[in-house]
Amino acid sequence: RGIRVGYTPDVLTDATAELSVALLLAACRRLPEAVEQVKTGGWTTWKPLWMCGYGLSDSTVGIIGLGRIGQAVARRLKPFGVKKFLYTGSRPKPESAAEFEAEFVPLTRLAEESDFVVVTCALTPATQGMCNKDFFSRMKKTSVFVNTSRGAVVNQEDLYDALAHGQIAAAGLDVTTPEPLPTDHPLLSLKNCGEWWVILPHIGSATYATRSTMAVLAANNLLAGLQGQPMPHELLL
Amino acid sequence: RPTIDRELLESLPNLKVIGNSGVGVDHLDLKMISNFGVKVTNTPHAVVDSTADIGMALMLASARRLVEGCQIAVSPDTKHFAVDWLGVEVTRATLGIIGMGSIGYKVAQRARAFNMRILYHNRNRRRKEEEEAVGAHYCEKWEDLLQQSDFVMLVVNLTPETHKLIGKKELGLMKPTATLINISRGAVIDQDALVEALQNKVIRAAALDVTYPEPLPRAHPLLKLNNVIITPHIGTATVQAIHMMAEEAIANMLAVLNGQRAPSEV
Repeated sequence: RGIRVGYTPDVLTDATAELSVALLLAACRRLPEAVEQVKTGGWTTWKPLWMCGYGLSDSTVGIIGLGRIGQAVARRLKPFGVKKFLYTGSRPKPESAAEFEAEFVPLTRLAEESDFVVVTCALTPATQGMCNKDFFSRMKKTSVFVNTSRGAVVNQEDLYDALAHGQIAAAGLDVTTPEPLPTDHPLLSLKNCGEWWVILPHIGSATYATRSTMAVLAANNLLAGLQGQPMPHELLL
Repeated sequence: RPTIDRELLESLPNLKVIGNSGVGVDHLDLKMISNFGVKVTNTPHAVVDSTADIGMALMLASARRLVEGCQIAVSPDTKHFAVDWLGVEVTRATLGIIGMGSIGYKVAQRARAFNMRILYHNRNRRRKEEEEAVGAHYCEKWEDLLQQSDFVMLVVNLTPETHKLIGKKELGLMKPTATLINISRGAVIDQDALVEALQNKVIRAAALDVTYPEPLPRAHPLLKLNNVIITPHIGTATVQAIHMMAEEAIANMLAVLNGQRAPSEV
């Protein structure tokens, strides 16, 4: 119908990368569960293995989609003592990977070797349902899975099975299908089993600074479109 | 864990060393223990990474409202996600680190990767190369640090000098948009003053892994505030740290028993 589309890439890279790291840390250190224990009286005298999580020191991090956000995530995780970065995608990106000495590997190897998996790829026909039963079955029992891309990249039934059967240790999701999840969704039932997960309401870019910038950019795109001018960021269809 | 009191020490005449798991020894009466001729060791190296990690986790969780967000995402009352529900950004904000020892320095290394502007205050100034490596600026007057920071993180050990280090005056110096993070010891903060400051929005929020006492009683006013995150002292609660603390404690104790100098004698 000849309708032009503007969008806001790039300006939300930092906010989204930062949220991905926040989510990873909240999942691997069991933050919401810990906070709940304080409020409900589960916090009694000190016990050595209580509320024990995982550290990042000497870990292997696997990034699915080493685009702008993926790189920004890797940059933030590096000083936590990550020993190795792996990444996967449609093709190797040696210029982007060099900063982290990241190794390009097939998806299967990334699943097998990573202690932390972070999904920061675009949703495309190729990535839809990519994180499925096979993927989760290859992951370590002690691993943490984080998705801040799109819910549809993950097969949610398979993720539920993986968590319920202890195939992975924890999951952090900023995105689901649908949003919000229906209250009777199996993933939400895991709460009572003591499984660790953190689900957030799609807040990757939700900061005052970033949303203001996005709003201004979106408005400028719109105005340019209405005036028949080139847009600052046009999505070419 | 057993309380190390006079009665216990009198009942253990052959005790040579107490190996503490963790770095803080504020819970031990060091003078009394020393009078019994018993040595004390701690595990300063084992705790560093996991504690720095939790400091970052708390700062990010508070800034981006993670605990609230999780509740919203799973609540039966949530029909859609509001687009105007926002947090504050850690990237490019100013972090003031009070206490730049091993743990404080590791926090600075992590924060730098978020392009944070890092200010610090310490008993002793760090070497220039160390400051430059993390882009940290020394604040000789810690009032300057308090006034300029968006996030203030306490990473000191508890001593008579640091007891109630942060009180009404210090909280008043902080920005009203600032967040206070404590991964040191609860008693470093005047908790009553903190409650008042949070109630009156003198500061934006607080995130505490440590309180006084621990556990915090469920009726405590801090738990009624919606701008506070409290975790139950999980700074060293990782598989890796627990393993390393055990190894470090054992190595220290063996050294003492073998008549050698322990690496981490207190």
